[in-house]
Amino acid sequence: MGQTISEKILARASGQETVKPGDIVTCQVDLAMVHDSSGPRTSGKKLDELGVPVWDMSKLVVISDHYVNLDDAAAKNVQDICDTWCETHKVQNFIRNQGICHIVLPQEGHVKPGMFCVGADSHSTTAGAFGAFMVGVGATEITGVMATGEIWARVPENVRMEVTGSLKPGVAGKDVILKICGDHGIMGFGYQVVEFCGEGVTNMSAQDRMTLTNMAAEIGAKTGIIAPDAKTVELLASWGVTGIDPAEWQSDADAVYAKHIKIDGDALAPQVAAPSSPENADDVGNYKNVKLNQAYLGACTGAKLEDLRMAAQVMKGKKVASGTRFLVAPSTVKMREIAAAEGTLGILEEAGATILPSGCGGCIGLGDARLAEDAVGISSTNRNFVGRAGPASSKLYLASPFTVAASAVAGEIADPRDMI
Amino acid sequence: MIQKGNAWKYGSNIDTDLLAPISALTAAKPEEQYVQCLQDVDPNFAKSCQVGDVFVAEDNLGIGSSREWAPQYLRSCGIRVILAKSFARIFYRNCFNLAVPALVCTETHKISMGDELEVDMEKGVVRNLTKGEEYACDTVPAHLMEMVNDGGLMEHLKKRFKKAS
Ligand code: SF4
Repeated sequence: MGQTISEKILARASGQETVKPGDIVTCQVDLAMVHDSSGPRTSGKKLDELGVPVWDMSKLVVISDHYVNLDDAAAKNVQDICDTWCETHKVQNFIRNQGICHIVLPQEGHVKPGMFCVGADSHSTTAGAFGAFMVGVGATEITGVMATGEIWARVPENVRMEVTGSLKPGVAGKDVILKICGDHGIMGFGYQVVEFCGEGVTNMSAQDRMTLTNMAAEIGAKTGIIAPDAKTVELLASWGVTGIDPAEWQSDADAVYAKHIKIDGDALAPQVAAPSSPENADDVGNYKNVKLNQAYLGACTGAKLEDLRMAAQVMKGKKVASGTRFLVAPSTVKMREIAAAEGTLGILEEAGATILPSGCGGCIGLGDARLAEDAVGISSTNRNFVGRAGPASSKLYLASPFTVAASAVAGEIADPRDMI
Repeated sequence: MIQKGNAWKYGSNIDTDLLAPISALTAAKPEEQYVQCLQDVDPNFAKSCQVGDVFVAEDNLGIGSSREWAPQYLRSCGIRVILAKSFARIFYRNCFNLAVPALVCTETHKISMGDELEVDMEKGVVRNLTKGEEYACDTVPAHLMEMVNDGGLMEHLKKRFKKAS
């Protein structure tokens, strides 16, 4: 019987020939990631309480991104704890304030196809875009990983999510995943692995695919994964990872899937998720006269270099509507630099964007992008739960970078296909 | 293990931002943190919950972030066992890691706020003493019950490292 990529990775990590859904296995971890919130101040402290060292320092990556660039004492305290812990524990891979962990991690060359990774953050699923199996866990659980290098897992069932055809101009990976949220709900694939495939996925850029696996967390999946191909190899090479053979990590033709779902990529319209859940997604055309106080391009979901380029494509030569704030927080410092050098950022600034520092910020209601009382916003982030991006009275719509940009120009929710 | 307490009953989609709001995570003192648990849904919960009470929800409990403060605050409020029709997986694992067993029970809609419950985790039975009803619930897998009995993953690891040294 054939195996899926996920099963091949879990079998390798647990030292078995093969595994099947439902098996409980103990896996050796190839990489563990924590950030400033889930790391030193929480799991780091717990590890010290156990009095044991990190099992393999070369396999731990600490990234500060949540409470960065904030002018308040509590956030500074979190940073101090992070800096001090990394220094005293001689953390080899401490990436300090360079952008959001899920993007920084592959960008700094830590992710490869076939790896079994855990991260103390729910969007750790993002690394699946590179053919790695990465799951999110809590702080105590990652303490166990840091101490022992292993973790128990129940081998999940696989779902084949096939995107047929090709996305039309103005439609992006974000629209695909919001459509899935809308059709299947935020727990649609509880405990399952969603394998994204099909022509629609191979036609997408390798960066845009990261949006699919990032939001695997919003459909209840254990993780998302995408078979690596030439585009994956090229993007990883640009991030300094070489010697990758994508053929090694592909699902077998006779692998078993619990479900096979098809999405018509050709027919897909831009999607918008209404407050207060990603599952409230619908075609952009169904949102009329939704006036916006704020549009935000940010997070690990929607501010990668490619996302900034999407927004620039819409905004070139246009202006942000008066009465709407347009804020852009590029996912990483490196991507911001490239976007600035190539003129992408200039186009956005010309249109009236305010560029904010790279970090989680507005996604979790911190910093300048926090929504005001009663404010209505649209954002390229992944969650719009009550109270996440601002006070409980604020309202947040989720959309692709194309749609966020078009809406910023219109001052209300707008279809980007009319502006490209 | 049998846990007896009163039900705090909520609906579906209680997410981690509601259980552990960002304002609580940065509050300076521990006692300013857990009291914000569920404040946007039920300001009375954190104030009135008693040690040993049972948290009851319907579908998708704990969706959202990996922040462990969600089950930790529930525990600080007094919750000792959680029942729901379905759980988000990271939240589910976090609950056991913090020694608050999370059990799937498909009949939680029959439970009302304040019902007196007795949860038998070994037998997989929820007894509703107020209504005189019984519902089936998950039993706890052996490898997780061992961890819960040790007091959570941390205590479990401490035992493991003590044995090793
Ligand atoms: S940007 Fe938002 S979703 Fe991404 S890691 Fe930061 S807080 Fe989480």
